[in-house]
Amino acid sequence: MDLTLRVWRQSGPGDKGRFEEYPAPGIASHMSFLEMLDIVNERLTLAGVEPIAFDHDCREGICGTCGLMIDGRPHGPWEGTATCQLHMREYHDGDTITIEPWRAKGFPHIKDLVVDRRAFDRIVEAGGYITVSAGSAPDANLIPIPKEAAEYAMDAAACIGCGACVAACPNGAAQLFVAAKYSHLSLLPQGQPERWSRAEAMVDTMEHYFGSCSNHGECEAACPKNISLDFIALLNRDYIRAKWKNRRLAGQS
Amino acid sequence: MQLNARIPEGPIQDKWANRRFDLKLVAPHNRRRFEVIVVGTGLAGAAAAATLGAAGYHVKAFTYHDSTRRAHSIAAQGGINAAKDYHGEGDSIYRLFYDTVKGGDYRSREANVYRLAEVSNEIIDQCVAQGVPFAREYGGLLHNRSFGGAQVSRTFYARGQTGQQLLLGSYQALAREVGQGTVELFTHTEMLDVVVVDGRAAGIVVRDLETGAITSHSAHVVILATGGYSNAFYLSTNAMACNTTAIWRAHRKGALFANPAFTQIHPTCIPASDETQSKLTLMSESLRNDGRIWVSKTAGDHRAPAEIAEGERDYYLERRYPAYGNLTPRDVASRAAKVVVDEGKGVGELRNGVYLDFEEAIGRLGRDVIEARYGNLFEMYERITGEDPYRVPMRIYPAPHYTMGGLWVDYDLMSTIPGLFVAGEANFSDHGANRLGASALMQGLADGYFVLPYTVAGHLAGMLGEAPVPTTHPAFVAAVAEVEDRLGRLLVANGSRTVDWFHRELGKIMIEHCGMARSAEGLRQALAEIPPLREEFHRDVRVLGDNESMNQSLERAGRVIDFFELAELMCRDALYREESCGGHFRVEHQTPEGEALRNDDDFAHVAAWGWEGEGAEPSLTKEELEFESVALAQRSYK
Repeated sequence: MDLTLRVWRQSGPGDKGRFEEYPAPGIASHMSFLEMLDIVNERLTLAGVEPIAFDHDCREGICGTCGLMIDGRPHGPWEGTATCQLHMREYHDGDTITIEPWRAKGFPHIKDLVVDRRAFDRIVEAGGYITVSAGSAPDANLIPIPKEAAEYAMDAAACIGCGACVAACPNGAAQLFVAAKYSHLSLLPQGQPERWSRAEAMVDTMEHYFGSCSNHGECEAACPKNISLDFIALLNRDYIRAKWKNRRLAGQS
Repeated sequence: MQLNARIPEGPIQDKWANRRFDLKLVAPHNRRRFEVIVVGTGLAGAAAAATLGAAGYHVKAFTYHDSTRRAHSIAAQGGINAAKDYHGEGDSIYRLFYDTVKGGDYRSREANVYRLAEVSNEIIDQCVAQGVPFAREYGGLLHNRSFGGAQVSRTFYARGQTGQQLLLGSYQALAREVGQGTVELFTHTEMLDVVVVDGRAAGIVVRDLETGAITSHSAHVVILATGGYSNAFYLSTNAMACNTTAIWRAHRKGALFANPAFTQIHPTCIPASDETQSKLTLMSESLRNDGRIWVSKTAGDHRAPAEIAEGERDYYLERRYPAYGNLTPRDVASRAAKVVVDEGKGVGELRNGVYLDFEEAIGRLGRDVIEARYGNLFEMYERITGEDPYRVPMRIYPAPHYTMGGLWVDYDLMSTIPGLFVAGEANFSDHGANRLGASALMQGLADGYFVLPYTVAGHLAGMLGEAPVPTTHPAFVAAVAEVEDRLGRLLVANGSRTVDWFHRELGKIMIEHCGMARSAEGLRQALAEIPPLREEFHRDVRVLGDNESMNQSLERAGRVIDFFELAELMCRDALYREESCGGHFRVEHQTPEGEALRNDDDFAHVAAWGWEGEGAEPSLTKEELEFESVALAQRSYK
């Protein structure tokens, strides 16, 4: 099929940026979206045009590196699918596809379609962990965890940290990302001792970089791993509770 | 050069305890005086950096990713082994050790493998305490499944995302240390050289991928945990950025490279669809627990799978290996698939796959159970191929996946350059000629959490009072100049072909001659074809842009330079090793049934190669392997 790409080109944070149009003839329907971009880049290189910078790595939907705004939708039209797993059989001859980077204040621009998502790591560094020195853990089966609880924690833990939730949000909020990491840890018995400090530290750090959540729900629709909005409710509830919990009594429950 | 693996004295089950007791310690108040560099933040690197940081050392961690959570450890699907024997099947540390040595076709170092099995249980404890949501039974206890090459269920898993969950565990541990200030983190920063002063590792040279700035960092020790080199084949299951540069540059600075030809071709990947394919996607080996592998008994049978009656199908693994059936080790399953496809029995449009069929399992267990076990893998398959594996059998074919070879290390995981440690897939030590499924995650975390923190401390203890070599030292200045020159030449070549074109051409040579079946003739041909292609690359590659901002073509070009040199060494090692063992299959050396035929009299050793300069023959040093606990035997999975 023959396609036309409208691609955001911006050499760096100092550049204003603009859309450029590139023809993409002879694209096969079984290619992945990123393989299509590879081909366009090879052709650009041979034509003397600097190739389009875009983030990608594992190309199997798990590393969270890729992330393109495709025709106004983070990761494109397929539900529950990261950009790298989108395939060209979605498109038809003659289509024009618009490709942009994630746009959010919390994600400063680097080049073309690449943005800086390191604010996510700052949030995790603030409290998105369970403290365990290597070698100090008790036997893995010492604390049984109900299967449903482990599965629910896993639903949250499936987050790949791609940033689609932020890109989709009209407020540029990171609530779904933070809620996923927070819930993963705080739903497990091992995550209880640091639960209240985690809620406060992660949310406060998030507020420093990102906008505030107003329950639009765009994030859930954009999430390539179908992370549920319910986790945001859980995070918000725990954040408020953390404000009056007396942590000296937390060992009682 | 003489290689001393420094294997501790004593019976095998006491060696690690003996070594830990003999290693010197660094008192807590002295630890902050030591600088440690960790390159790579996958399972091994993140675990090591987090543990050493928490212990009090001053750690600098480097990754070329934007975040430490992106390392390719994250893509491991199936699981992680441990000798817990939670299900009373007769498993034990000794059995895990035995299976791993046997699975590696008797080409690994016994003492290292035993230690790996020994710490496997602690890894599971550590991960559960960190919040890794492993699969559980209704009673709340941990569940296990089976993997190839074992007759017990010892694999712990988190859906089809075990690597992701384990990496997030070590990523969080590292993030904690970064937040506490004990680890200084450098993201989007790629290591391009090791600096050696007076024969010892003194630091590294790195490039900032956003600004192009080239800088150097010095330390008392350098740990490389930079993964494997399957991308030498171009198409592999590795992530696009996985590369050999860190270990190859260390090799050029004096670290011996062990068994480069020991590469693993994973049996269950989605077959390539055409030339533009950029990578191959793995379908977890765990699928072989319930999926049955087959092709038509008749070559050239192009009917749809449903039209091929039961009696016309050849379940070739079940037929050839009744005891292990579809769960034979990876090397055996891969070669068996190649045999039937070469016979013209391949399936799919390009006739380049075999079926992995769940019809029987769905009939026996119900669709719900299969969905719960493999749902996300089935979805992934459907997204890529457009076919529904609940109704049509999957098509699979082997693809380069893991490299057992790597930098030679002693028992303490130190390379032949003192002060340079190597962990995870980047070293060669634990998997011999073939890695068993669910053992890579185990090794990465074992090295990072439970081995390096002891052995690195033991090494540092001898350096108390020494300052790191300053980065103004002439060796650092020269290394920076060399890196600048290397990149500069790429930018001015302005030839007529792209970096990817060269990488693809190299990959074709490698998979053809150094892939699943290797012959002396083919390997000689590859060794004749690679150097001219490499020269053409330097002359005719086109890298646009500059070195002042992000330049992804330049990054790739730098990595491909090193793949060219490594590829030659892989072929040379494959040609040298006149035997078949594990993933290394020389067609000249096989049993009448087509199984790998080892030559223990001449090749029960590690082949460690030394760099002798560009265009010069590499030197060979041997480490003889001694098997005191496991008797050498022909592997049989029948």
